[in-house]
Amino acid sequence: MHEMSLAEGIVQLLEDQARAQDFSRVKQVWLSIGELAGVEVEALDFCLEVVSRNTLADGARFHFVRQPGEGWCLACSQRVAVHARFDACPLCGKHQVQVTGGDEMRVSELEVE
Amino acid sequence: MVKIEQDILSKNDGYAAQNRQWLRDRGIFALNLVSSPGSGKTTLLAETIRQLGSDTLVYVVEGDQQTSNDAERIRAAGAPAIQINTGKGCHLDAHMVGQALEQLNPADDSLLLIENVGNLVCPAAFDLGEAHKVAILSVTEGEDKPLKYPDMFAAADIMLLTKIDLLRHLDFDVDVCIANARRINPKIKVLQLSSKSGDGMDLWIDWLLLEMNDAQLVKQREVARLRQQIAALEQQLQERR
Repeated sequence: MHEMSLAEGIVQLLEDQARAQDFSRVKQVWLSIGELAGVEVEALDFCLEVVSRNTLADGARFHFVRQPGEGWCLACSQRVAVHARFDACPLCGKHQVQVTGGDEMRVSELEVE
Repeated sequence: MVKIEQDILSKNDGYAAQNRQWLRDRGIFALNLVSSPGSGKTTLLAETIRQLGSDTLVYVVEGDQQTSNDAERIRAAGAPAIQINTGKGCHLDAHMVGQALEQLNPADDSLLLIENVGNLVCPAAFDLGEAHKVAILSVTEGEDKPLKYPDMFAAADIMLLTKIDLLRHLDFDVDVCIANARRINPKIKVLQLSSKSGDGMDLWIDWLLLEMNDAQLVKQREVARLRQQIAALEQQLQERR
């Protein structure tokens, strides 16, 4: 959705970390992106390539680790898999599912020098 | 290799937390209004300000890519308003809103309405420090909009179904629309209204006044708690003299 702002946020986060942890180049970045985070991974990858130019992450490789969507069905009182916000519960077919996981976007690991 | 596990939106969320605390300390009730362009947000705001009357202090932050037309309409309705032009941006972020709050300087115990950029996609992800996101959907749009833009309806606590005076000219099925919203968000509160005919406006205004009252009570309790602390410290000081 707003991949350009997210890419800018990621590069800022890398710059903050570089100051805090004293490194000057980022070679690889592992991002954890939930299935329900509303992020187009291909678009984000493209934006990151553009935004990271002439920064500490110029030319870095970005890896995307997808996290599965997870919800809690109020009708079944059970944890269920969710692939889209409007999915019905796979067990009872009702739509009383609250998303409990898989909507996160995190920078999880970096290779730096 | 460095493990960091940082949320990509953590910077925005940090600013949002600051805004939320700032508003809480002042007893200000804040709403983040989101919708498609043309759902009637600005008309609804102007009518809300008019109906709340001069006893209720209302402040408005207007987000648009360009122009200050909306802020001018709000000022004409009688509320101080500040326009943020996001330029290339498709949403307001918490940093922009924090800066706007400094300039707007809303009074204690007031109502702050933040009209986000007309867009049902990006604003869903950006917390501004508001008490609730309010999704506004007009009946001239489709009943299936909650299904098409699920992230927004999942992030909102309230859905306002607007322009209901037009229902008799349309095939819009209100029940289907509400059912669709509840498929995404079983807990969403729904209000139906028309700023033009005035139908349903009373429930919306009552809800606003009730929530404002709660925000004011939170501030008053905090002030009372601090006063008690001061009194206890004064007592300790007395005993040592």
